[in-house]
Amino acid sequence: MTLALNIPDAFSIQVINLCAAVMLLLGFAMLAQRRILSLINLFMMQGMALFASTLIVAYTTNQSHLYWSAALTLTLKVIALPWILHRLIRKLSVKWDVETIINIPTTMLFGIALVVVAFNVAQPISQLSGAITRATIGIALACTLLSFLMMITRSKAVPQVIAFLSMENGLFFAATSATYGMPMVVELGIALDVMVGMVIFGVFFFQIRQQFDSLDIRQMERIKEE
Amino acid sequence: MITFYAFLAQLIELIAALLLAPLLVGWINQCRAWLQNRSAPPLLQTYYTLHKLFHKDVLLAHNASPLFRAVPYLIFACMALASAIVPTLSTTLILAPAADAIAFVGLFALARLFIALAAMDVGTAFGSLGSRREMLIGFLAEPALLLIFFTTSLISHSTSLSSIVKTLASTDFIIYPSLAFAGTAFVMVSLAENARIPIDNPTTHLELTMIHEAMILEYSGRHLALIEWASALKLFAYSCLGIALFIPYGISATAGIMPLLTAAASMLVKLAAMGFGLALIETLSAKMRIFRAPEFLGTAFLLAVLAMLVHLLLEVGK
Amino acid sequence: MNELLFVLAIPLAASILLAFTGHRPYAANINIAGSLATLLAAVLLTIRIVRDGPMNVLGENFFVDPLNVFLIALTALVGFTTSVFSRPYMRVEHDHGKLSVGRLRLYHSMFQMFMCTMLVALSTNNIGILWVAMEAATLTTVLLVALYRTPESLEAAWKYFILCGVGIAQALFGTILIYFAAEQVFGHDPGAMLWTRLFERRSELEPTVLSLAFVFMIVGYGTKTGLVPLHNWLPDAHAEGPTPVSAVLSGLLLNVALYAILRCKVLVDGALETQFAGQLMMGFGLLTVVVPAFYLSRQKDVKRLFGYSSIEHMGLITFAFGMGGGIATFAGLLHMTVHSLTKSAIFFAVGHAAQMAGTQVIEDIKGLIRRSPTIGWGLMLGSLAILGMPPFGVFTSEFLILTTAIKYHPWATPILLVALGVAFASMFAKVQGMAFGEPTVKPLEHNPALLPVFLHLGLVLMLGLWIPPYLNKWFLLAAQMVG
Repeated sequence: MTLALNIPDAFSIQVINLCAAVMLLLGFAMLAQRRILSLINLFMMQGMALFASTLIVAYTTNQSHLYWSAALTLTLKVIALPWILHRLIRKLSVKWDVETIINIPTTMLFGIALVVVAFNVAQPISQLSGAITRATIGIALACTLLSFLMMITRSKAVPQVIAFLSMENGLFFAATSATYGMPMVVELGIALDVMVGMVIFGVFFFQIRQQFDSLDIRQMERIKEE
Repeated sequence: MITFYAFLAQLIELIAALLLAPLLVGWINQCRAWLQNRSAPPLLQTYYTLHKLFHKDVLLAHNASPLFRAVPYLIFACMALASAIVPTLSTTLILAPAADAIAFVGLFALARLFIALAAMDVGTAFGSLGSRREMLIGFLAEPALLLIFFTTSLISHSTSLSSIVKTLASTDFIIYPSLAFAGTAFVMVSLAENARIPIDNPTTHLELTMIHEAMILEYSGRHLALIEWASALKLFAYSCLGIALFIPYGISATAGIMPLLTAAASMLVKLAAMGFGLALIETLSAKMRIFRAPEFLGTAFLLAVLAMLVHLLLEVGK
Repeated sequence: MNELLFVLAIPLAASILLAFTGHRPYAANINIAGSLATLLAAVLLTIRIVRDGPMNVLGENFFVDPLNVFLIALTALVGFTTSVFSRPYMRVEHDHGKLSVGRLRLYHSMFQMFMCTMLVALSTNNIGILWVAMEAATLTTVLLVALYRTPESLEAAWKYFILCGVGIAQALFGTILIYFAAEQVFGHDPGAMLWTRLFERRSELEPTVLSLAFVFMIVGYGTKTGLVPLHNWLPDAHAEGPTPVSAVLSGLLLNVALYAILRCKVLVDGALETQFAGQLMMGFGLLTVVVPAFYLSRQKDVKRLFGYSSIEHMGLITFAFGMGGGIATFAGLLHMTVHSLTKSAIFFAVGHAAQMAGTQVIEDIKGLIRRSPTIGWGLMLGSLAILGMPPFGVFTSEFLILTTAIKYHPWATPILLVALGVAFASMFAKVQGMAFGEPTVKPLEHNPALLPVFLHLGLVLMLGLWIPPYLNKWFLLAAQMVG
């Protein structure tokens, strides 16, 4: 049995690693992206990479609950959220450009630094892990940190939210790669939170635009530190 | 015996490079015209142009120094050597010990330095403008290229091009995510280095946008022919390098005539595909403003760094 | 039948009920009734725990021990008094045209939902569910902070959401890491996320992973606790949300976030057998005491002022837990209790004061005592209590924290004393200006509910003079657990 699994194992590890690399690449692409619509598409692709890797991990390790997790990713991150975001963009007729607080090349350099940090932090953890996906823990952390960076360097509400959601992607990926996913009830809870959060965001976008005539966070400077 | 074979293979490679390089340029132009719904120039147009230029007289500016006259030969030599040391057909080459990845980058840097000097030599405005832009691009592209080589070197534990290609071609099919990153970065660097769209337009003479063409405006006759040939060789060398590093299957690692022939056949197919790909990229993208070039190359650099990091994380220790 | 189920189910049911009836005139009464029922259930639960000791509920998914039962009781109590306070307060807001009936419905429903998420967070045994409940608490409070829909409140809510969203994502990574470490010990088993099981085998957990996890946890949940430098959202959210929300944010939510950190610290201490977690908490705590103390004097908005004061006290509690040991932990728990009670009492008084003045700007609120002695004295006494004047309970706990610091970490004592002194000077001057002087404020058209203010202050006074023996035993048990 183990012998029979060996060769597909080696191959699935490679495919999972490839998915991880793609996720990281997409993380950077999102960081560099200047158009909101492309940003949503990139987010969707990241969800797809996550879905693919979760599915492969589920298949290789026979963890049935991971199938559920993969299905959840597919419905939520690949279908539902991008759809909601697309609708929001159309309804709000948001300007197409993403505005950044720091220029993009500098952000990218910060991004590289974060990746190095993430890899270093993850190194000791990976060594302890027995999971076939252990090598990808660093990438998962890097994806999370990149989204974090994106969140603090964007000045519009919609990109910030996409960054937030992509951070969730990174964390799910971390959970899958470090521990083959968390218990079902926790994953469901997280998914529920994300969904509710998204709905609240949607309401918020309208409110913010109504009050500020724009979704630019820099307009929000009414509260001043005295 | 091996030495003789290596010598022979080397010779074949050099001749093939010299002869095929203009053909590759012709093929790309053909594809491009086809993709853009234009009627194409003949496939052998580049040969005709070279032939015509070699038969024309050389016109020199009155203040041109000897350097100006020496540079075309120097560049041609650099490029010929560069395309000879890339293991395109076989990894058993007589120059293999010299074919180091870093030396390869150095060869290009040498050529770049001299062509920039020559462009400034006559003292025209376009010449210095072109060299300034060329140096800017070179300064951004070279580190990226080096990092790409480092990634492949890390995989094969060697900086020698022959052993890199040997390792990559001989192992079983393994997905290297790092190579995907490095490959993308390599394509971007190649576009910039070979003065292709979106960084530079090889067919333009519009002063605001040209880079490479601005440097060679003062050349004529056989000098220009050599430089054009050298550019074709450079493109050929880059294409071969791309093939050797990222799709090395088919390059013969063993001595023999048959492997050499199959290698040549697969080489031709891959080159044709590559040329078509390049034409496709050039058709689909628009030339970007010169100020955006640093960002483009910065992205290439970033990808190269990522390739290395991803390799260190995912592929080491397995 | 189990009391805990009631504690969790009543707020949930009340929230659903209020989602349909929250706009009716009697909704505030339902709110009070729900909170009262929760409080009664919590009291029964407490009695049971005091009598029978720790217990598991619903399999092992929920867990009640001396540490969290005391917080559950406190949460239910402050939740109840806040609902009492909010009845007249929200009526005034409605009369002033600040809130539509639809908003009132949202407020009532979300208030109960918020209570529910906090109680789940406190009683769950699963560190994953703890995270989920904390995130849910963030989401409900985001809605509450943005209740007025003014540009300022939206800004505050957005800032709150983004900062806490980022923070809580770090906490999720920390949770994943703990689960990862647990998996090495337990194998792939959903039980590996249960705190009680982790606690039993805490010495087997991998130290490297746990210390890393703790860093993520303290950054993550620390954002919600308001630890400097992650505190930016807190004054805004306190100032721009409705006052009852400020009261429960300060009085309860910060405690719950700190509780989450505390649970992790216990595990990490067990695995590491060094002072790493404690030192980290002490560092964060000290910073959190010092920085806001210097911000206090610059505040012009009264609710921001007390928001900063909450940050400072959270720092003090974090520092106390960081020092560890029986006395410091005891003092930390006591301080948690008295701070919750005092701060929410202050916010009740401040809420009515701001309504009387029609503004939250400190300079425009004057002569409260002349106009309404109860509100004025409530604010004055509350402020004196929070500043650590004897004989209030805050004095006792601060005294214990300081003496422990003098004994074990003498270097920190002058820093703490300076910070507390600065806080005293800047806050007392401002509150004095509000309480005395020529009145600028108008009386309220409805009778304010001042019972909660004096109930809280009375309890704080009692805790300063005499801690009832069963409460004492209970604190000691909890302190023993935390170590």
